Amino acid sequence: MAKSPEEQHPVKAFGWAARDTSGVLSPFKFSRRETGEKDVRFKVLYCGICHSDLHHVKNDWGASKYPMVPGHEIVGVVTDVGSKVTKFKVGDKVGVGCMVGSCRSCVECKNDLENYCPKKVLTYDFYYHDGTMLYGGYSDHMVADEHFVLRWPDNLPLDAGAPLLCAGITTYSPLIYFELNKPGLHLGVVGLGGLGHIAVKLAKAFGAKVTVISTSPSKGKEAIENLGADAFLVSRDPDQMKAAMGTMDGILDTVSAVHPLLPLLSLLKNHGKLVMLGAPAKPLELPVMPLLMGRKIVGGSNIGGLKETQEMLDFCAKHNIKADVEVIPIDYVNTAMERLEKADVKYRFVIEVGNTLKAA
Amino acid sequence: MAKSPEEQHPVKAYGWAARDNSGVLSPFKFSRRVTGETDVRFKVLYTGICHSDLHHVKNDWGASKYPMVPGHEIVGEVTEVGCKVTKFKVGDKVGVGCMVGSCRSCADCKEDLEPYCPKKVLTYDFYYPDGTILYGGYSDHMVADEHFVLRWPENLPLAGGAPLLCAGITTYSPLIYYGLNKPGLHLGVVGLGGLGHVGVKLAKAFGAKVTVISTSPSKGQEALERLGADAFLVSRDPNQMQAAMGTLDGILDTVSAVHPILPLLSLLKNHGKLIMLGAPAKPLELPVFPLLMGRKVVAGSNIGGLKETQEMLDFCAKHNVVADVEVIPIDQVNTAMERLEKSDVKYRFVIDVGNTLKAP
Repeated sequence: MAKSPEEQHPVKAFGWAARDTSGVLSPFKFSRRETGEKDVRFKVLYCGICHSDLHHVKNDWGASKYPMVPGHEIVGVVTDVGSKVTKFKVGDKVGVGCMVGSCRSCVECKNDLENYCPKKVLTYDFYYHDGTMLYGGYSDHMVADEHFVLRWPDNLPLDAGAPLLCAGITTYSPLIYFELNKPGLHLGVVGLGGLGHIAVKLAKAFGAKVTVISTSPSKGKEAIENLGADAFLVSRDPDQMKAAMGTMDGILDTVSAVHPLLPLLSLLKNHGKLVMLGAPAKPLELPVMPLLMGRKIVGGSNIGGLKETQEMLDFCAKHNIKADVEVIPIDYVNTAMERLEKADVKYRFVIEVGNTLKAA
Repeated sequence: MAKSPEEQHPVKAYGWAARDNSGVLSPFKFSRRVTGETDVRFKVLYTGICHSDLHHVKNDWGASKYPMVPGHEIVGEVTEVGCKVTKFKVGDKVGVGCMVGSCRSCADCKEDLEPYCPKKVLTYDFYYPDGTILYGGYSDHMVADEHFVLRWPENLPLAGGAPLLCAGITTYSPLIYYGLNKPGLHLGVVGLGGLGHVGVKLAKAFGAKVTVISTSPSKGQEALERLGADAFLVSRDPNQMQAAMGTLDGILDTVSAVHPILPLLSLLKNHGKLIMLGAPAKPLELPVFPLLMGRKVVAGSNIGGLKETQEMLDFCAKHNVVADVEVIPIDQVNTAMERLEKSDVKYRFVIDVGNTLKAP
């Protein structure tokens, strides 16, 4: 008979898990493997709530496995390292993001693009090599292979920096890959949530002029005054959209609802790039003529490799970029999920795991 | 009262024109401007029939102006040059493609990207800055500004090379811009018509392995034996498509009918690029997930700048890349158009204007 989560591994662990597609989380006892020779074990201090966590707990993508402990924006302090670990020691501050494994030998892995490895292993709601379920950062401690653990820069806040492990790398990587990190460009950011607000900050740090594009006029003041955006465009206002036609070198589109692309393509200059970061559930309409007439591109990207994630953290520490967060105790998590569903957060919840998650 | 086409300009000209959206062409007398100081005047020897000519004469795009003399793959011999012309002299072999004017001062023009100039002037079915209609290469002679005239390489056949002026540059430019000209890549070409067959030859000349993707199994042998493709994939065969998943670095999609692009995205390796060269009349369905998961790109391109068009001609002359053409007399042009509509040509008709277009 299959072992219970508590008995599966030698080291006891506890956290909060969703039991079914209602997505409601509650205290959960489980276990984790021992610290292997290349593993880093750490006490979780903070864990960001990513919108993906909400999708996973509610089984929006159809592959959810319960009980599920979400969380892939995890910051903590090292408690144990394996005998072959070279990069970390006990007491170090570290982070783990969306991945904890890959094949390490394919072309992608060799090019520091572990996130495109066909055998990549996600941090939670995923089976590990040994066939057991992986549990994420809404828990007391984590253990992960050294290669997938990030060194936490000294002057980067633990709580406000946690969301960088997903939202940060997800916006940083395409800015680099699609060459939108050159100073002086005019970039658009569609949607002002977890991804969007960090995209604005990163784009500004790269020296861009940034226009936030949103359906809600109410977000305008916030975008400009709080986040440092240079301009704000209400996508439902045809006059504003017309005036901005052909003005942007690139657009990061963080919106996961189905929405029209043609107006966004029209905002691009010739040779401009529309980068999709949200994953709408249905296909979008792609008018091809604007791509031809303006030699425009529609691309996609997801998270980033480990080397680049470390670079991103160091870049953010240097440029004082962190997320705007609402820190919550673990027992607020269900309310947070409900508010997240209504986009009622500026702009990421971060669970203060270290201080508020008590042993079950 | 507006002047008739014959009286509008000082120099008599004649050709074949469509009178209405039946698209039927017949002999037509008109006139062209005198040779201005930067103009090159040349007798037309050969003109390729581009599929765009068919769209224009039938008013498929809704903006056609009649009477219309099509033709934008024009090769001829210089008869006169303006006093400030430096690059050409009488007797030179020259070509003119899809454009005869642009603003020459915008960012795109300054970067040799005239096709993206907002004030670009097309070769036919277009108003010149003086408000008169431009007539294309199904005519006895042309006059064009030196900047838009191409030097014809010595060893490039006149008839076989004419289609390069549109089909050639349309496939060459994106291969360069999207980095698909590196040796050793695996490229796909969708559709085997005018664009597709030249795309195959150029890709092979760049050192790629080339797979032709088509709905018609019958084109397979032709593609492999005659055009030098390495493989042939029937897009309607799910087994073939499945076996080829994730194998292509880039795909040139020359198909203008509405078609599904998800199967094409699946053929791409991670970081692969799907380049749209045909312009479907309706938007296509774009599944966004594959773009994110594989960091893939859907992009477009149209023709190329004049500098690049010259480079392309020189490249083709050097590598012996020419179109596969069926040379016809001008009085067969309507039959050719009917056959073109049914894709009954391997792979471009070229009108032997010089020998068969007689003065009315």
